[in-house]
Amino acid sequence: MGEESSDRADALFHALADRTRRDILRRVLAGEHSVSALAANYDMSFAAVQKHVAVLEKAGLLTKRRSGREQLASGDVAAVRSVASMLTELEQVWRGRIARIDRLITPDPDQED
Amino acid sequence: MPVTDVQHDLDNLTLTITADFAAPVERIWQVYADPRQLEMVWGPPTYPATVVDHDLRPGGRVTYYMTGPEGDKHAGYWLVTAVDEPRSLSFDDGFADLDFNPRPELPVSRNVYTFTEHNGGTRATYVGNYESAEALQQVLDMGVVEGATLAINQIDAAVAS
Repeated sequence: MGEESSDRADALFHALADRTRRDILRRVLAGEHSVSALAANYDMSFAAVQKHVAVLEKAGLLTKRRSGREQLASGDVAAVRSVASMLTELEQVWRGRIARIDRLITPDPDQED
Repeated sequence: MPVTDVQHDLDNLTLTITADFAAPVERIWQVYADPRQLEMVWGPPTYPATVVDHDLRPGGRVTYYMTGPEGDKHAGYWLVTAVDEPRSLSFDDGFADLDFNPRPELPVSRNVYTFTEHNGGTRATYVGNYESAEALQQVLDMGVVEGATLAINQIDAAVAS
């Protein structure tokens, strides 16, 4: 791995190593959100949320644009998937289904779902 | 994890996954034969599936939609091509509009699911085949949010365990 891709991997894993940032990324992958709308979801200051958004942006996982006074953030789907090949991506969807079948057929009186 | 083998055939654009389940073949078949069970496993928690029509006979259709976190709905259908209850099921899986009319401009995948008795449980073999790399790409683009969200959820799960 070259130094540049190592740096990129570091930024990627650093960005994804935080629960709030993963939650922000999930939201902006589903659609564009203003940073202030995002901030309303968390029990932290606007500035703190803005900082999380900046980390995601630096890692290339999120892009921002301005609309009037608002900053709008959206997830960069291509960046998130750049680590995986297409069949690997599909494999994950299938593995999810298989895991759910396994849970469904395994009796577990202690757990709902 | 019940998955025992994964094969990526890049030349033929085919994904084959083998999984061993600790339940008889009839029980695994039930998951597909019962629309309420099928919808529990088809979509991820972030994109739950709702099965609407369910006719598991050759020529029959299974229709479903998945609901995203923003209330967005994505519809699909199976066209059942062969059934050998409880051992195998073949179907074409395609995209549909919200009235379940197939969207012919979007790719269709051919799927063969096989269930055999293995060590007192069931060995399930899932084979999915795409016509072209472009078709596969398109399928992933359609489900890409789901895939990306899943990937993040897996990180969540890994961190939590």
